[in-house]
Amino acid sequence: MKNNLIPAIRLTLVCLVFFCGLYTLAVWAVAQLSPGQGKGLVITENGKNYHFNVGQSFTSDQYFWSRPSAVAYDAAASGGSNYGPTNPDHLAEVQQRINHFLEHNPSIDKSEIPSELVTASGSGLDPHISVQAALVQVKRIARARGLTENSLLQLVEKHTEKPLLGLFGTERINVLKLNLGLDKL
Amino acid sequence: MNTEILGVVLMYATVVALAIPLGRYIGKIFNYENTWLDKIFNPLDRLFFKLSGIDPSKEMNWKQHLAALLTTNAVWFVLSLFVLSNMSWLPLNPDKNPSMSWDLAFNTSVSFVSNTNLQHYSGETGLSYMGQLILMLWQFISAATGIAICAVVFNAMKERTTHELGNFYSYFVRACTRILLPIAFAGAVILVFNGTPMTFEGKDSLTTLEGAEQHISRGPAAAFVSIKQLGTNGGGYYGPNSSNPMENPNYLTNILETIFIFLIPIALVFAMGYVLKRRKLALMVYGVMTAGFLCLVIPAIYYEMNGNPAIAEMGIAQDMGSMEGKEVRFGSAASAYWAINTTSTSNGSVNAMHDSMTPLTGMFAMIGMMVNSFYGGVGVGFINFYIFIILAVFIGGLMVGRTPEFLGKKVEAKEVKIAMIIALLHPLMILGGTALASFLYAGNPEVYEGWLKNPGFHGFSEMLYEFSSSSANNGSGFEGLGDNTPFWNLATGLVMLLARYLPIIGPVAIAGILASKKFIPESAGTLKTDTSTFGILIFAVIAIVAALAFFPALTLGPLAEYFSLY
Repeated sequence: MKNNLIPAIRLTLVCLVFFCGLYTLAVWAVAQLSPGQGKGLVITENGKNYHFNVGQSFTSDQYFWSRPSAVAYDAAASGGSNYGPTNPDHLAEVQQRINHFLEHNPSIDKSEIPSELVTASGSGLDPHISVQAALVQVKRIARARGLTENSLLQLVEKHTEKPLLGLFGTERINVLKLNLGLDKL
Repeated sequence: MNTEILGVVLMYATVVALAIPLGRYIGKIFNYENTWLDKIFNPLDRLFFKLSGIDPSKEMNWKQHLAALLTTNAVWFVLSLFVLSNMSWLPLNPDKNPSMSWDLAFNTSVSFVSNTNLQHYSGETGLSYMGQLILMLWQFISAATGIAICAVVFNAMKERTTHELGNFYSYFVRACTRILLPIAFAGAVILVFNGTPMTFEGKDSLTTLEGAEQHISRGPAAAFVSIKQLGTNGGGYYGPNSSNPMENPNYLTNILETIFIFLIPIALVFAMGYVLKRRKLALMVYGVMTAGFLCLVIPAIYYEMNGNPAIAEMGIAQDMGSMEGKEVRFGSAASAYWAINTTSTSNGSVNAMHDSMTPLTGMFAMIGMMVNSFYGGVGVGFINFYIFIILAVFIGGLMVGRTPEFLGKKVEAKEVKIAMIIALLHPLMILGGTALASFLYAGNPEVYEGWLKNPGFHGFSEMLYEFSSSSANNGSGFEGLGDNTPFWNLATGLVMLLARYLPIIGPVAIAGILASKKFIPESAGTLKTDTSTFGILIFAVIAIVAALAFFPALTLGPLAEYFSLY
């Protein structure tokens, strides 16, 4: 043990310099060349900045709603609900979200509501919804904004992000980008 | 074919395609053969040894290896305790986060030094950037510890009689500089270009489109996330780990981070084949591990993609599957695939909340941790598997009436006793810990009300999962568990400590003892260990040990929940 202690301490210090220090600085230096300089991906609209890969809460009738969040889209304390699949509180909460949705979208049949629109994401910051989740909101937004459904359907299609290379993963829509587009219609 | 399934197929195919050449490269490193990167790494390694005052050519026996390992790890633990308890006044704390309480600092230090990365804090509020960076250091060097000790076991498995098994520090530094550093750096660069933060500025503040105020935690995340995936560490920069859209911004980064989970564990199996010049043995081990992994991952994906029956009953559509706790950009197939990746290795990062998954997926995740050697953690996954090989050799020998031998060495009573103790230690800690926690909770549900977020069977699963995760040095959790309390911090801290070091000491002792025995060349009477028949025998040993030990507990938790739901 004694023979090992001094080398162990010295080796630890060397590792500290290399892996905490130089490795971190090297990645930081590369980040300066990247979009956003490692400070987050930001888009600017009307002079205001938004992080487009961090979800925002949308609950008013004029906007496409984002998914429910267990942390109210607090990006400084992200997290999921951690409700188990059989938890009665969880199921009651989902039922309540379904009722709330139907109240605001009376022309939609319950069977058209996709579950991701009434369940909370893992991070509480999910920036995306599915295409179906956008489509079921079109009628409500058309009425609230006095727009044609057709123009909204086009907007949804324009903002649909295909799976990676068209082959891998899910189809999705960035809610913030969709709503920024909506404001421009 | 469904694009979600196709994504999963792509991830597995890519990781195997990368692991084969990487395994060869790792094999060369452990054999001290020349590689094309020597021009950079030879001088770097010499610098490490010079500054540390270490002679890397000094041969060590198995006891000296263990002494070196335990001493370095003890130093790290003390340094970690100091930093985590003093973050509030140390530099690099722009968000003014507080220091940790003593029990949380103990738990977190054990957790990261032991390569577990169980987190009873949340990164955004619980750590300064200094705290994050020091934990990142353990992510590098605890992974290198596992790889180094695995190299010692490979060395001991060679066909010769010796006490000299290489130099621990030399293996350790080579694992750090030649394996982990370049791959982690490449991964971090890809993450940065996809939007993972890498800055020393504090939180960003903005007003959302609907007019609410939003604060966004940032920091040196990309450097951290890359090594946490690669070294089967798994401790997230942010609280919800790789489900957070800054830690894992899109499907491409999800592919990268998923591949990093399996990359080194699979590569080490092929490295063993290269070091020992026994390709068939490596293929047998890979086959058994893969068969076990597939048994867990296929039903897990099936159940997540089919959704939660309790929600289906409400009459809504579940085309995306069970989406509570999952992200739209990954979908349920990639989330279930990650869940089994992360638990069958000892990684423990998540890209969806395991607590919210359907009951059987939760169970398959637990089985991955209970077996802990379907690929397993970097280095330690293979040496867990080594224990099962020894047991299978012994049982196989008894069945056919021959002296049990493995790679030309007689396996005798002493080795089998050590193997059996190590194999039984894991169930003892999981079941003993869960029993103790259940006893406390059942005796005084009001006092411990904050422990369980979910009632009934699922609540029991939360406790069973936590101890499985600790004992497997995994680090994922059913995070509904209110675990930042002195009981959970101390209990899981002790379990992580024992479950890290005893299963390293045991196999290294066995390998060291076997290496010093007389080498007996293979004859017609030898039980062949590189055949598929022997593979089936190992698989049976693993299945029987796991089933006998864990089936009753799983019945009380996930299975009972399953039958109440379907």
